[in-house]
Amino acid sequence: MNSPATSDALKPEEVQSEAMEHEENQPETDQTEGPRYEEDFMSGPVQTSSAEHEQTADHDVKIETRDLNVFYDSFHAIKSVDMEIRNQEITALIGPSGCGKSTLLRCLNRMNDEIPGARVEGEVLIDGKSIYSNETDLVSLRRRVGQVFQQPNPFPMSIYDNVAYGPRLQRRLSRDEADEIVERSLRGAALWDEVKDDLRKSALDLSGGQQQRLCIARCLAVEPEVLLMDEPCSALDPSATFRIEELMLELKERYAIVIVTHNMYQASRVSDRTGFFLLGELVEFDMTTRIFEDPQDDRTDAYIRGRFG
Amino acid sequence: MLNKVVGRTWEWVIERLIQIAGILGIILVILIFYFLLSNSLPMFAERTVGELLTGTRWSPTHAEGHFGMLPLILGSLYVTVGALVLSVPLGLAVAIFIAELAPPKLREFLKPAVELLAAIPSVVFGFLGMMVVGPWFQRNFEAIPIGQFAALGSLMLCFMALPTIVSICEDAFHSVPREVFNSSLALGATRWQTITRALIPAARSGIIAACLLGLGRAIGETMTVLMVTGNAQVMPEGLKGFIRPVRTMTATIAAEMGEAAYGSTHFHSLFTIGLLLFTITFIVNTFADVIIRRSEKDIA
Repeated sequence: MNSPATSDALKPEEVQSEAMEHEENQPETDQTEGPRYEEDFMSGPVQTSSAEHEQTADHDVKIETRDLNVFYDSFHAIKSVDMEIRNQEITALIGPSGCGKSTLLRCLNRMNDEIPGARVEGEVLIDGKSIYSNETDLVSLRRRVGQVFQQPNPFPMSIYDNVAYGPRLQRRLSRDEADEIVERSLRGAALWDEVKDDLRKSALDLSGGQQQRLCIARCLAVEPEVLLMDEPCSALDPSATFRIEELMLELKERYAIVIVTHNMYQASRVSDRTGFFLLGELVEFDMTTRIFEDPQDDRTDAYIRGRFG
Repeated sequence: MLNKVVGRTWEWVIERLIQIAGILGIILVILIFYFLLSNSLPMFAERTVGELLTGTRWSPTHAEGHFGMLPLILGSLYVTVGALVLSVPLGLAVAIFIAELAPPKLREFLKPAVELLAAIPSVVFGFLGMMVVGPWFQRNFEAIPIGQFAALGSLMLCFMALPTIVSICEDAFHSVPREVFNSSLALGATRWQTITRALIPAARSGIIAACLLGLGRAIGETMTVLMVTGNAQVMPEGLKGFIRPVRTMTATIAAEMGEAAYGSTHFHSLFTIGLLLFTITFIVNTFADVIIRRSEKDIA
């Protein structure tokens, strides 16, 4: 599981290997020469793959946290976290339950504001601007930073109305505008072909995996810049999980994605960078390949080898 | 061994007792219906259903006997519709406040406080309306000639239906998954937008059921309306009817039963009103039940 290349060869399961291919192909999109692709695909040594990740690691920083601390009443949930989240990358946050990774996620769109007793100290900068200043407009912040929750939770209304919900909060949409947004968002979430004839049906009649993709479409409809995903697959079966992972790899071309996951395979399959949290502390934050192949901290090593959590 | 036998017998007895209690409930409803029906039947021999329902004059002690129930039906309709118009928006607002806006400590105090309203006997509301609220309206509004009128009944009923509506609406809001609320906020909705566009639609079945149960309470209420609506069996006219005395179906039964000779046409006519009331509340409650069931399915 540690190296994409070897696992490709060892694991026959289609789901696994296809997801791997995606990850491996990702760096290629930044390159122009064809031959390079073939050569890499054939040999696929660990070093090359990891080295390439390093080379492509120059995407712009989208979000930066500086000495971020979060308290729930007196409980210190996040301890002095500094991290950078980049455009066109998937950043995975892993760690045992209660380690603060979801809390960190909620800091990025200020959903912690909704939790009584939660207090945030330090800075979160998006495009260099603090989102915890007095001038921050919560509504526009949350439109820029979309969130997909753990449980698929479409609103109890039609598929169409679910997707149009966000844009309609801002202004009245004409029929055509709404149609266009709904189609574009559903296509973006790889759901259009499955539901295009049933747009008026209740969203609750969809399967769990479809519901989750609908929730992603609902986020895309407000044209965010960042997507936060809080264990988006934990309520889904493996094939639905695979669809979502595939989708994430498509979406990262246009968005900065942060995913919280309990599933280390998922982190290694889809993410570019991984942060390991333990007891509110960001223990290690590095390229995903490095975290899974050569962690610098003993605690990280122990966790990814399944010794605790 | 003996212990086992005794235990098993005891189990059997308990099961049967519970079964009997359940069946008894159903039998009682059927018996009440039968009682109403059998006492109403002689009335149908004297007047047709059409005459009863559309006749505009209720004067059972008149020599010719007028049994037109329309003034009474309209009286009930005026008072009930008025009560709903007042109590639904108010109840919804209180429920939203309790469920979403009130600080936790206030919430813990408010919900039992509202539910306590249900414990006030209806005669107390009637007394209050008759002695305090009615005369106040009469003094302050020239358009209201008498301190007992349809809308006063509505107002009093509004307070009485409020606990039902608030309690069920609040439960409906609570059963909406928290993540639905948070998703809406995360999409950039304000709190108010979230309440009106996501929460209320998500809880709509519960809200409708609450209104129907409130309606059932309002339409069947007797003592309060008898005391505050003026007891005039006249046809209410237009919107003005709200500020004029009326007589509801329930008040008619309560007021006249004591003076109707046993077995007389008058006596039977009152049972016919009862039968009509039973039918209306039965339909309303069944409707509410179906909707509550549907909302439970939605959430599952």
